Amino acid sequence: MTVATIASHQVRAGRTTELGLLVLALALGVGAYALVGLGTADAVPTNWLGYAIGLTVLSLALHGVLRWRAPYADPVILPLAVGLNGIGLAMIYRIDLAEETGFSVRQLTWTALSMVLAAAVLVWLRDHRTLRRYTYVAMLAGLVLLVLPLLPFIGATINGARIWVRVGGVGLQPAEFGKIALAVFFAGYLVSNRDTLALAGPKLLGLQLPRARDLGPILLVWLVSLGVLVLERDLGTSLLFFGMFVAMLYLATERVSWVVIGLALFAGGAAAAASTFGHVAARFDVWLHALDDEVYARSPGGSGQLVQGLWGMASGGLFGTGWGEGRPDLVPYAESDFIVASLGEELGLTGLMAVLACYLVLVQRGLRTAIGVRDGFGKLLAGGLSFVIAVQCFVVVGGVTRLIPLTGLTTPFLAYGGSSLVANWVVVALLLRISDEARRPAPAVRTVTPGGGTPTGGPGTGTPAHGTPVVTGTPVGPGVGRAGGDGDDDQPTEVVRGVPR
Amino acid sequence: MNTPLRRLASVVLVMFLALLGSVTAVQYVQAGSLNNDPRNVRTIYREFGNARGSIVVAGEAVASSTPVDDAFGYQRVYADGPLWSAVTGFYSIANGAGWGLEDTQDDVLTGRSDRLFFSRLRDVLTGQRPEGATVETTLLPAAQQAARDALGQQQGAVVAIEPATGRILALVSTPGYDPNTLAVHDTAAASQAFDELVAAPGNPLRSKATQENYPPGSTFKLVTAAAALEDGRWTPESELPAPTELELPLSSSTLGNFGGGGCGADPISLADALRVSCNTAFAGLGIELGAEALEEQAQRFGFDADPPAILPNAAGSTFPDDLDGAQTALAAIGQGSVTASPLQMALVAAAIANDGVLMEPTLVDTVRAADLSVVSRTEPSVRSEAVSGTTAESLTRMMVGVVEGGSGTSAQIGGVQVAGKTGTAQTTAEAAPHAWFTGFAPTDDPRVAVAVFVQNGGDLGSEATGGRVAAPIARAVMQAVLGS
Repeated sequence: MTVATIASHQVRAGRTTELGLLVLALALGVGAYALVGLGTADAVPTNWLGYAIGLTVLSLALHGVLRWRAPYADPVILPLAVGLNGIGLAMIYRIDLAEETGFSVRQLTWTALSMVLAAAVLVWLRDHRTLRRYTYVAMLAGLVLLVLPLLPFIGATINGARIWVRVGGVGLQPAEFGKIALAVFFAGYLVSNRDTLALAGPKLLGLQLPRARDLGPILLVWLVSLGVLVLERDLGTSLLFFGMFVAMLYLATERVSWVVIGLALFAGGAAAAASTFGHVAARFDVWLHALDDEVYARSPGGSGQLVQGLWGMASGGLFGTGWGEGRPDLVPYAESDFIVASLGEELGLTGLMAVLACYLVLVQRGLRTAIGVRDGFGKLLAGGLSFVIAVQCFVVVGGVTRLIPLTGLTTPFLAYGGSSLVANWVVVALLLRISDEARRPAPAVRTVTPGGGTPTGGPGTGTPAHGTPVVTGTPVGPGVGRAGGDGDDDQPTEVVRGVPR
Repeated sequence: MNTPLRRLASVVLVMFLALLGSVTAVQYVQAGSLNNDPRNVRTIYREFGNARGSIVVAGEAVASSTPVDDAFGYQRVYADGPLWSAVTGFYSIANGAGWGLEDTQDDVLTGRSDRLFFSRLRDVLTGQRPEGATVETTLLPAAQQAARDALGQQQGAVVAIEPATGRILALVSTPGYDPNTLAVHDTAAASQAFDELVAAPGNPLRSKATQENYPPGSTFKLVTAAAALEDGRWTPESELPAPTELELPLSSSTLGNFGGGGCGADPISLADALRVSCNTAFAGLGIELGAEALEEQAQRFGFDADPPAILPNAAGSTFPDDLDGAQTALAAIGQGSVTASPLQMALVAAAIANDGVLMEPTLVDTVRAADLSVVSRTEPSVRSEAVSGTTAESLTRMMVGVVEGGSGTSAQIGGVQVAGKTGTAQTTAEAAPHAWFTGFAPTDDPRVAVAVFVQNGGDLGSEATGGRVAAPIARAVMQAVLGS
C-alpha cells in the first residue's frame, strides 16, 4: 500500500512528462507511417509530412487544452491514446496500399474529429460530477442508442450484425456511444442505490442475495443485453455491456454475489441463445474446431477469416515481417476486426505484446484514477470506462487468437471505424477529466457533490487528493487496504465495515 | 470502493496475461504447424516473396529467381531449361517444388535450412529479407551439352561420373522439358502445362537417368565377369564353353547368342567372351558361379541398396532373390528380372575405373549462403569396395578389348584408350531392344565413366545394338570431358 508515501508526496502535475511521452508516441505513429511507405514502395509516403504535422498539431493542441483546463490530469493516458491511434492509422494506411482502398483518409478525418471532440469535452465539462445530474437522461439515451439499429430506414445490417445506422451517408455504430451513456447511467444509479443493493436481502449458501425489487434495473439491463445479442446478432456488444455493468455493480456493492448472479445470467442467456440461434452456435463451432477442413471450408459462417488471421500472425513469428513487408491484406477485414492479426504479422509477437502492454497501462491508469478520485460517481465512472477498454481488448484479441469465440468488436483506437474512434477519445477525455480531479491537490473546503451523500471522516476531508486514511479510532496501516479516497462522501457503510478487519 | 477497484485491476491483469499467453501460443508455439498448413497460401507467397537461391553449373545459374512486379515478387527462371530439366526439376506455384534439385535442396534454396541458422539470425537482426542459398553443382556444361546433342531426338539417358571423386559430370534424360512452363505464376497455365507433360510421349517429367529401371542387358556381364574373377577360379584367360545354344537347367527352353550364331570359338576365353558379348558362355558361367555369388557381387556394385540420394524418387536397381538355375543363367547376362538405372550402370564403370573402389556419387558441390560464405562443401567419400584392384585391372583390360576389337568399336577415341561394354537388352518380343553402353576413359588415369541408355533402340529401332547406337553417344560425352 502506498498510503504513507503518497500522502506525504508533493503532487506533480506531470504535464512535462506528458509532453515527453507525447513526442515518443508521435514518433512511433509518424515513424510507422513512414516505414509503411519504405516497406512497400521504398519511399516515404508523399503525404507523410502533412500527416506528421497534422497529427503533431492535434496532439499538441490537446496537450495545450490539458495544460489549460486539466493541469493535473494523468500524464500517461493522452500519449497512450495518441500512440495507439498512430499505430492504427499506419496499419490502416498499409492495408490501403495493398488493397487500394481509402480507409486511411477517412480514419484520419475521424481522428481529427475525435481529438477535437475530446478537447471540447475537456473544455466544456469542468467537473465530471456534472454528469451525475443526467443519470436517467443517460439511461434513456443509452437504451435509445442501443435499439437505434433495429429501427427501419436508418438501421443497417452489415456482415450479419445489425449494429449500424446510416445517417446522411455515414455509417455509425451507436452502441459505441451507448456504452458511454450507459456507463454514466450505471455510475449515477449505482452510487445512489449501492447501500440497498449491498446490504438488503436474504442470504443463501453464504451469498448475500439482493432484494427482488432491487433486481429490477439489473434485469432490465440483462434483457437489453440479450436483446442486443438476439436481435442485433451481436455477441460482442452484449458481452461488453454486461461485463461493464457487472463490474460496476461489483465496484459499487463489493458483493461477489452480484458477479456470480451476473455471470450466471449471462452464461444462461448465452447458452440459450447458442442452442436457439444458429449463428451463435456456429461461432462456438468455429472457435472449437477452427482448423477442421469442414469448418474451414464452410461459407458463410466458417473459420476462414479466423484461420487466415492465425496464419498471418504465425507468419509474423517473434519479430514480424516489418511494416509493409507482410501480407496482412490476405485476411478479410484486416483494417478493422482483424487489425490485431495484421499488427501481429508485421510487428511480430514482440510488437503485439507492446501494443497489449499499452492497453494494459491505459486501463491501469484509468483504474488508478478511479482509486484516486474522491467521489463515488467518479470512481464508478472511471472504473467502468477503464474496464470497458479492457473488455473490448480482451474480446477482440482473445477472439482473434482463439482464446474465446470470435465476436465483432472494434479494437479501441487501432481499428478502422469512426464511431469507435470518437467514442474512445471521449472516454479518454472523461478519464483525463476525472484524473485531473483525482490528482489535484484538494482545496481547503470541499463542496458537497450534487446529489451526493454526507461527507464523512471529519478531518479526512480537505486533505490532498491521495488522501488520509479514514480514521475512526481503529489504527489503519499498510496492508489494511483502506488507502486514500475512502474519506469520501457516499461511504458510511464502508467505514463501518472496515473496522473489524 | 477501492478494494474492489484493486481487485478489478487484478482481474484486468489476469485478462491481459491470458491475452499475452494466447498471442504467444499463436505466434510462437503453434506458429510452426500453422505455417506448414497445406491450405496456407502465405507459405507460397512468403517463399516467392523471398529471393530463392540459384542452382549453378560452372558459374552460370541454370535456375534463378528474378524480381517481378506481381503478388509473388520473384519469378523462377530456367536458362536452357530442357537441357538441365532432369537436374533442376521445377519450382512452381501450382505444382510445388519437384523432381530435381529444386526439391532435394529446397531447404537451403529457400534459406530455411538449419545449416543457414546464422544467416537467418543476421537477417532478423538487420531486418534484411532472407535470401536462399546458392547450390553449385558438379556438372560440366560441355559434357551435358554433348550428351544431349548425341541423344538428339532419341529417348534415353546419359550419366557421366568422375570415377575418382564420384562427381557427376553429366546427367541427361530425353525428352527433357522446359521448367519455365511450370514456373509461370498463372496457376491455370502452370497446371495445364503439368498435365500436358504428364500425358506427353516419353514421360518427360520422369528422369530416365535416375528414376527409371531397365534390364541392363549385356552391360551386366561386367558384374558376372567381376564375380568370376573375384571368385578366384577364373582368370581372363579361363576357357568357357560357348555353344550355339545353351540348354537351360530344369527347363525345356534354350538360350541362344545375339544374332543366333556361335561366339567365334568354343570353348572361348573369358576375355573374348566379354569382347564379343557371348551369351551362352556367360549364362553357363552364371550357372557355375551360382545365384548367390552373382547377387553378392551385384550388391557390392550398389544393387539392392538404397539408391544414391542425389535426386528425388530415385529408382533402386535390383538383383532378384531365390533364382533357380535357368533364372540365374538369364540374370548373368542382364536379362530376367535384373534391373538397373543408367546411374547404376555408370557406377559399375566408375568403380572398375577407380581400382574397384566405388565413390559416393555427388551432384551438389558447394552450398553458398547469400553473402557467398560456404555453408557446406561435398567431400569425396567411398560408397563401397566393389572389386579388388587386380580384378579391376583385369576387367579394364577386358573392356579395352571390347572397344578395340569387339562389340564397342564405335566408342573408340583417337589417341585415348577407352574401356567399355555394350548392351542390347530385350524387353518384349514386339518392342525394339534397349541399347546400352558403359565405359570409361582414359584407362591409365580415368577421368570419366559414362553410361548411355537409349530406349527401344532409338533411331535404329529393332536394328539397334548397344555398339551401334549407344557407343557413339558415350564417345561424344567422353570426348567432351577429356577435351575440356
